[in-house]
Amino acid sequence: MSDQPNHTATVPGDNLAWQRVQLARHPKRPHALDYIQRLIRDFQELHGDRRFGDDPAIVAGMGFFEDRPVMIIGQQKGRDTKQKLYRNFGMPKPEGYRKAYRVMKLAEKFRRPVITLMDTPGAYPGVDAEERGQAEAIAWNLREMARLRTPIVCVVIGEGGSGGALGIGVGNRVYMMENAIYSVISPESCAAIIWRDAALAERAAAALKLTAQDLLRLGLIDGVIPEPPEGAHADYDQAAAFLRETLLQALDELARLSPEELVEQRYEKFRKMGNFFTEEPLPDWPF
Amino acid sequence: MAWFSRKKPTAPPPPGERTVRTEGLWEKCPGCSQILWRKTLQENLHVCPKCGYHFKIDALTRVKLLLDGEWEEHDRWMRSLDPLEFTDARPYKQRLATMQEKTKMLDAVISVTGKLHGRVVNLCVLELNFIGGSMGCVVGEKITRAIERSLAQRIPLIIVSASGGARMQEGAVSLMQMAKISAALMRLDEAAVPYISVLTDPTTGGVTASFAMLGDLNIAEPGALIGFAGPRVIEQTIRQKLPEGFQRSEFLLQHGFLDAVVKRSELKSYIAKALNVFCGPL
Repeated sequence: MSDQPNHTATVPGDNLAWQRVQLARHPKRPHALDYIQRLIRDFQELHGDRRFGDDPAIVAGMGFFEDRPVMIIGQQKGRDTKQKLYRNFGMPKPEGYRKAYRVMKLAEKFRRPVITLMDTPGAYPGVDAEERGQAEAIAWNLREMARLRTPIVCVVIGEGGSGGALGIGVGNRVYMMENAIYSVISPESCAAIIWRDAALAERAAAALKLTAQDLLRLGLIDGVIPEPPEGAHADYDQAAAFLRETLLQALDELARLSPEELVEQRYEKFRKMGNFFTEEPLPDWPF
Repeated sequence: MAWFSRKKPTAPPPPGERTVRTEGLWEKCPGCSQILWRKTLQENLHVCPKCGYHFKIDALTRVKLLLDGEWEEHDRWMRSLDPLEFTDARPYKQRLATMQEKTKMLDAVISVTGKLHGRVVNLCVLELNFIGGSMGCVVGEKITRAIERSLAQRIPLIIVSASGGARMQEGAVSLMQMAKISAALMRLDEAAVPYISVLTDPTTGGVTASFAMLGDLNIAEPGALIGFAGPRVIEQTIRQKLPEGFQRSEFLLQHGFLDAVVKRSELKSYIAKALNVFCGPL
């Protein structure tokens, strides 16, 4: 990889948020299966939601992480055009979320921890996805993950695309890789709404506060996982090693909690999010 | 030029000379293009008497429509502190102030406790006119508290949605409100306290993908736009025109995501009957 140009050379300028958006979407950035390959021994993929079909944009399976049996779920993007189409550019459909849920229930039944790797531009906005209840599938996961009686550790490894990412993102611990982003809307769509010009995405990226450091500051994630100096795409093994370290520590801590404590801890964690309001009465308020 | 072309008026009539003012007295129905007298429309619960088109109504009108009379408002003063210090065309703080003046509300939801056909209920209604009914930290917190109130006192919960989704100006903070509310609904579900979700025109994005789809009953008004992605986004993705009726209430009913499509005039009695079944008659 040494002959690859440095990322900073390809994205000039001092807009750090936009640089991170570029890195999070870097064509060579490690995807879920790249991490699974490096972290999970004897990985066996599990297919299908038992309702409609199998969604290649979400991979789910089981295996051993550092000799612990785990269930792992990840949003998977493709590398070349053919793969990208097969993976639907990492945009899951309802059956993907329902498959993820099915695998989580398996994990709960056999008391295995769940690891989820988030990396999607967003849930697929298409006719078939709407017909099969994209919104319901995500909403269902949000509620059911909240009561899952087993540890859940979530990591945004690339793009955390709004509800599409959150649909597998309600965990006891939520981390982001150093150059990952997590946002309510893509910078392009945000710019299109505000300035009616998607080309102003750079400005929108900065305004949206979507970097790992921003989310940590806002109290929305538990930690930032370091990446190799040039970014995760420069050294997959090193990136996976950093991820391993964090996962190991998180799973160790969570293994000490009872199922009830796990549900309670997860609830309290999300309950506290968004404490950015005031309730001071307005004596002059006319209405 | 043709002999029948209209001559330009030499000067506009002075304002004092107008004897009849008609602006605001009439409204055109988007459903059947009939011109309707606004007073008739109001008396008919803002539903077109000719074709049944359901006009959008504001949150306060909705509260009056569903509750018996008196109600108690909760978390009245809660307002956002702009967690991202977001600035687009103008600062988010300014946008909030404008919206507050325009809608006479401090954020996009009103949370009340009152009686519905004699039964005490907690009711939250989203206000579409306040930044598209979008959900930021205030909407998230007020709804979560309403759920907790329902849980503590075992009072049925009704949420009426009308929203474009999560609020862009509060970024990931808005996003996490989806998880926060859904988790609280998990507790309500475990405690078997009824929750009825009413979806009105339009309900999309992060609101549909969280609490609006999680009711014990999900019911909608006729013709409401309900979906995850907005129709324009889908059209851009698939590069095709969407079929008539796509993502409307009737479409969702057909695909199995709604319990019923209920007319505005029957909404209150429908909910009352449902609660009679869930909680036992009064």
